[in-house]
Amino acid sequence: MTGHRNVGLVESDGVNLSRRRFLSVSAAVGGGLVIGFTTDPLIGVADAAQSVASPPFTPNAFVRIGGDGKIVLTMPYVEMGQGTYTSIPMLIAEELEVDLKQVRLEHAPPNEKLYGNPLLGVQATGNSNAIRGAWQPLRQAGATARAMLVSAAAQRWNVDPMSCRAQSGEVLHEPTGRRSKYGELAADAARMPVPQSVVLKRAADFKLIGTPAKRLDTPSKVNGTAVYGIDARPPGVKIATLAQSPVFGGRVKSVNDAKAKAVKGVRQIVRLDDAVAVVADHMGAAKKGLAALVIEWEDGPHAKLDTKQIVDQLEKATLNSGAVAQNIGDTGKAMASAVTKVEATYQVPFLAHATMEPMNCTAHVRKDGCEIWVGNQALARAQATAAKTSGLPLEKVVVHNHLIGGGFGRRLEVDGVTRAVQIAMQVKGPVKVVWTREEDIQHDMYRPCFLDRLSAGLDAKGMPVAWNNRFAGSSIISRWLPPAFNKGLDPDTTEGAIDLVYGLPNLHVEYLRVEPPGIPTAFWRSVGPSHNVFVTESFMDELAIAAKQDPVAYRRALLEKAPRAKAVLELAAEKAGWGKPLPERVGRGVSIQFAFASYLAQVAEVEVSKDGAVRVRRVVCAVDCGTVVNPDTVRAQIQSGIIFGITAALRGEITLKDGRVQQSNFHDYPMLRLNETPAIEVYIVNSVEPPGGMGEAGTSTIAPAVTNAIYAATGTRVRKLPVADQAKRV
Amino acid sequence: MSYAMNVNGKTRTVDVDEDTPVLWVLRDVLGMTGTKFGCGVALCGACTIHLDGKPVRSCITSVAAAAGKRITTIEAVGATAAGRRIQQAWIALEVPQCGYCQSGQIMSATALLAAKPNPTDSDIDDAMSGNICRCGTYVRIREGIKHAARGKKEA
Repeated sequence: MTGHRNVGLVESDGVNLSRRRFLSVSAAVGGGLVIGFTTDPLIGVADAAQSVASPPFTPNAFVRIGGDGKIVLTMPYVEMGQGTYTSIPMLIAEELEVDLKQVRLEHAPPNEKLYGNPLLGVQATGNSNAIRGAWQPLRQAGATARAMLVSAAAQRWNVDPMSCRAQSGEVLHEPTGRRSKYGELAADAARMPVPQSVVLKRAADFKLIGTPAKRLDTPSKVNGTAVYGIDARPPGVKIATLAQSPVFGGRVKSVNDAKAKAVKGVRQIVRLDDAVAVVADHMGAAKKGLAALVIEWEDGPHAKLDTKQIVDQLEKATLNSGAVAQNIGDTGKAMASAVTKVEATYQVPFLAHATMEPMNCTAHVRKDGCEIWVGNQALARAQATAAKTSGLPLEKVVVHNHLIGGGFGRRLEVDGVTRAVQIAMQVKGPVKVVWTREEDIQHDMYRPCFLDRLSAGLDAKGMPVAWNNRFAGSSIISRWLPPAFNKGLDPDTTEGAIDLVYGLPNLHVEYLRVEPPGIPTAFWRSVGPSHNVFVTESFMDELAIAAKQDPVAYRRALLEKAPRAKAVLELAAEKAGWGKPLPERVGRGVSIQFAFASYLAQVAEVEVSKDGAVRVRRVVCAVDCGTVVNPDTVRAQIQSGIIFGITAALRGEITLKDGRVQQSNFHDYPMLRLNETPAIEVYIVNSVEPPGGMGEAGTSTIAPAVTNAIYAATGTRVRKLPVADQAKRV
Repeated sequence: MSYAMNVNGKTRTVDVDEDTPVLWVLRDVLGMTGTKFGCGVALCGACTIHLDGKPVRSCITSVAAAAGKRITTIEAVGATAAGRRIQQAWIALEVPQCGYCQSGQIMSATALLAAKPNPTDSDIDDAMSGNICRCGTYVRIREGIKHAARGKKEA
């Protein structure tokens, strides 16, 4: 179990800095700073010192090849289980002509310009777009480096570059049998002009892309050596835990800390406007100290808030018209001529992320600088908030990124970094702020609740001639990426509600942005589609039932102009044995989704016991995500997304009473467990289309497949999530 | 108060209150961060260790209760035959995703395999349903345990 050494993640201040400056930065803050740097046998101090004399070949921000042949790839996307630390290197290595075993990985430092996500415009890993964003630029980065290495070799041998080729980390000149390793060519390659354009490999020539690659991070994740943010231990670190105002927007009125201070191991009590932290030698003492505090809170304006008020607000809002997200044809006219009319109102709840690694951040604030140790999906933002909170200039904030013990959108937010810096400003030396699970669930930033009113008109044959959807809820984009919120609309909140795969002649979709008071909202795995796909695919099912047609056949008839959607539907239905007999109280439900540039169809087989307990027995998923980079990761992400989605569909709900989140831990915010896990089958459609996103897609497709199956099993239509005990009334 | 703890075969002396959970002694006092914090109340299994070979949740096991007993953590479980087979199966089947809960999963799975070399699905349900995985790697965890059990038969 020593394999982790091969993938030990190293950190640096980035390729935009010279090695000399890098060393000086490291020296300035002490040997403990550069995790892996001084301890790693492959990239150690001696290596770096050597590189000062002979700068490494750094053709771009992603590739660095030293004179000693070490190939370091800088990862602009973070690893949170979705396999980016394997799939992104595959893209570079494919064009660079090196084996995955030959490369080492480095977390990219915060730098929006160099490491911004082309699809988001900011340095963030989210919205299932790492592979989509990286697909062109990182293959180009590898190809550019390869071209310069080949040019360097050709010049050295005085031969035509066209007669040379790169292979397994070497340049070969076959006519003369000469060969040179990349390391030997690095210094010369660094002097070659950067080519204006490079030709990328054809799909037929791929050696890595599309083949199953072993994940580079797995060995360290089975023996306890993988280092997450919560594992950071800078020398002298103290551990803190905190209580934040139980009502969002409330403040600390008074604190009696006499008993807390008496707890063995407690070092300090830190009081903030809206939170109190206990700093101790270890978390056990910190928690004990926190429990011993007597805190009086001033609840503020949301003291009486409950979930019903928020839902009522949405209900009222949808009585008025909203911003038009999409309009096709004339639904008003079409409705007037419809033979059958169907109407339904849907609702989805607030959801917490509940990442297995509770929120945490380690911070060390000094007069002249600040260091942050964290696992975060949006590093540049982590750096920015640390600078703003501490009042230090941006360049004085060093962020050490770590593996992420579950992101799901929670770690696209930097509230935990802000908190840690606020606390660290009052503490001498580094302090690791670890949230209890209760704090993590009660001070999350939540997937918003939404309310949706749908209506449709069917013609004499039962086919939809008009489709209206008006929904209300929070726009996360309006806070997180304000420029992308335009004229009352944003691309995330509406994804899955517009641009449906179905050929609908008249469609009208409106959105009303309604921000709930007293509860912060944020992205949650599968974002907009997490809500919209449940609504549209449930309603499509209702139309099929109203038309007395089979739900698969009904959908298929609307997919004549969407061959990829039709193909996944047919594949999923066939593999699931759609139409074959099932026992009593067992039903199949289907759903289709086009989101994150991937097509999915799922068939869920669900059993509802006489007392209303719902068990998902089997899920079949067909996916067309374009070009597949690492097929096993695609399968893993679908399996993962389905479990995540079933948990939410059956049980997920955050509620407020007296301004307080009522759920607190896994007993009242329960997760699907191994004994409840369905059999999951994944079928991948071969495709040469550009890759689509895979990290979230599986999550949003499953809820309507499950609720449609509940209908098939019992006749109960679930229009409000979670399912909870709604199947009981049958 | 001072406690002598047997951690992975070594005696470590720590000076903490008697009700301090072993989890924090391991992570914060001894610097062994492989054992993870998930819920603090034995609902998720992320902190699972072995106490005299039996899986326990270290977040609710006090240092006093663990005194005099053999503690095995993820850092050393690979030295046991069952632990090594589970780790190898986890790599072969690519079980982990974010990986955060996997220390606990592996400790629970290892204890199961050590006690029952050929576990049934029902045995696996019983032994593993106390361990939450938010990435939903359950399908592969089940397969991984079976893979490890088969490996023993072949060996």
